[in-house]
Amino acid sequence: MPLRVGEKDFEQRVNTGLEDAFMRGTVRSAQEKLRTRKQASSEELGDWEAWRTLGEDIRSHTLEHLDYYLEQLSDKVAERGGHVYFAKTAEEGNAYVQQVAREKEAKKIVKSKSMVTEEMSLNDALEDDGLEVVETDLGEYILQVDDHDPPSHIVAPSLHKNRTQIKDVFADKKGYEESDHADDITRFVRDELRGDFLDADIGITGCNFAVAESGTVSLVTNEGNADLATALPKTQISVMSMERIVPTWEELDVMVSLLCRSAVGQKLTSYITALTGPKGEDEIDGPEEFHLVIVDNGRSDILGTQFQSALHCIRCAACVNVCPVYRHVGGHAYGSIYNGPIGAVLTPLLDGYEDNKDLPYASSLCAACTEACPVKIPLHEHLIAHRQIITEKENLGPMPEKWAMKMFGTGASKPKLYRLGSKQAHRVMRPWTKGSSISNGPGPLKAWTNARDMPAPANERFRDWFANRRRSEPDE
Amino acid sequence: MSRGNIQGRESFLNQVAEKLGRPRSEHVERPEWQAQPQWDVFADENTDQLVERFKAQCDNIHTDVIETDMDGLQNAVAETIGAYQADSVIMWADDRLECAGLDDAFRSQMSALGVESAVWDTAKGEENIGVAERASVGITYSDITLAESGTVVLLAAPEKGRVVNLFPENYIAVIPRSSLVPRMTQATHRIHERVQNGEDIPSQIHFVSGPSNSADIEMSLVVGVHGPVRATYILLGDI
Repeated sequence: MPLRVGEKDFEQRVNTGLEDAFMRGTVRSAQEKLRTRKQASSEELGDWEAWRTLGEDIRSHTLEHLDYYLEQLSDKVAERGGHVYFAKTAEEGNAYVQQVAREKEAKKIVKSKSMVTEEMSLNDALEDDGLEVVETDLGEYILQVDDHDPPSHIVAPSLHKNRTQIKDVFADKKGYEESDHADDITRFVRDELRGDFLDADIGITGCNFAVAESGTVSLVTNEGNADLATALPKTQISVMSMERIVPTWEELDVMVSLLCRSAVGQKLTSYITALTGPKGEDEIDGPEEFHLVIVDNGRSDILGTQFQSALHCIRCAACVNVCPVYRHVGGHAYGSIYNGPIGAVLTPLLDGYEDNKDLPYASSLCAACTEACPVKIPLHEHLIAHRQIITEKENLGPMPEKWAMKMFGTGASKPKLYRLGSKQAHRVMRPWTKGSSISNGPGPLKAWTNARDMPAPANERFRDWFANRRRSEPDE
Repeated sequence: MSRGNIQGRESFLNQVAEKLGRPRSEHVERPEWQAQPQWDVFADENTDQLVERFKAQCDNIHTDVIETDMDGLQNAVAETIGAYQADSVIMWADDRLECAGLDDAFRSQMSALGVESAVWDTAKGEENIGVAERASVGITYSDITLAESGTVVLLAAPEKGRVVNLFPENYIAVIPRSSLVPRMTQATHRIHERVQNGEDIPSQIHFVSGPSNSADIEMSLVVGVHGPVRATYILLGDI
């Protein structure tokens, strides 16, 4: 699956999301659950703001010296007998993994969840070579069995599906005959995949954080699938995007603590697996061969720009879980495997503005994302900066925005016109006004009022109210 | 161990440095971080207090805790196996488990009760994996234990198979009280010190907090996915 998913344009995707009542319901309750849990678990940590500051300092120091830490990491992996491949592009990375698979005469690959391999369409490349690739994260497995349905949330990829739909997918494709209870479905998947773990020739994982000082790859999971995928196959290939690295084990502690709390409100997930090189000589389980693929794929172009801090992201989805726009339109509306506020920031950077010019507008700029981010990425400021670039430099602004900005610009630059416009607003909008709100607005307002009410213009303008108030105040 | 290959590094890192607007970094000192709140968490608490925290957290992560001492360990393990209605066990070939009473004599007693038990045996190679796959209980020792998150830290070694705590449906960890530290900070600091001293760290360091779980279906929690479905920690008084 590439970075960008689906053929529909932004507006169609948004409408599909808005019309999907089930999806909106699950997204709302998921956001609430995750947000509440994050809040409770971060309060226990004491001074959460100090933790965020530390997280930000670690990420920005590491990114500023990325070449140094990547060099150290690769030396340490090699010292422990592992192989490292630096891939500038997705194609180079895929070709390397394909080559390893051919050398090993591999037939089956088990994979644990990895966003960067999604971005690279690695599964497609391997399947083109005739390999069987099995996703082993429960959410990813559901999507894979359902004819590669795209993920809709960074942490919970199958959030948009309900259990009956999931049951039907397994009944249809895998002959599943039990109930639609999550317990029964999960038990079925456990039994299905156990054989795959045992047969697989290669285990492919992502990497939450690599540790430069020791050449270690860490994986943060709950299901135990990444652990089996790295304990059983003879060959392990871990694919990391180049920014997912910390200097030492001490920083690993901080980043993992921030990630688990921000993503799912856990103190630690059930499994944090730190893997250094292949298994030791006398060890029985664990891979005989270890490969680390470090992927750039457009990230170095973000370094040294005003967007550099977007690379601080640790993929916790805390921004997604507080976003009011995501809440209404759901993950598929973003048309990218990276959704929510970070998706709206990152997708245009990795894939260009041309096909993604609507994404920075999928935000109300309420800044809840910035406040939620455990490493203090100024997400809403990045969205504003994207908008500036789109409207000023590239002239790619979406039509309603261009139209509205032009009208506002003309109106606001001429004091008489502005006064007239704001005086008339109340009267002009009256046909669409019910009580104090507009619920079925005309023209450009329609897109807004389809999803929520717009406050009607006040009977008294702020300017008039302010002037009257000044007049009625007693002299001091 | 022979050194691995590194491919494509120079041009990749040169590009990174160029984009950062400077020559390649020759040496970087990790800064002294201004804020270090991780060291303040439960810093003043004694072992009794940490034990209470640990137990409370285990309740959150669906893990039973049994407190006992060396004399009570055999009973606690036997009772747990009984409660799981298990008929086969695999455990690490760990001296510490043996010294604590999970020795050959104990295994013979269990066998008389109809519970087959195996010890991870490096001489038997991959046979061990099949044994672990068929076992219904896996037993390990905890190398370091984190109070805050209810975590046992398992350091891989030849006699300590990785799948022992993954394959069986039921997992038992034997935890000495003395292995308890406040949180991950103390454990990672120890590993960092080993790296700084030039020691090799284990090929796998596994932080395990209770049974496996998932909330991927409608956000409803299912305990037991690919790893264990149930977990019991047996907390031992100091040895």
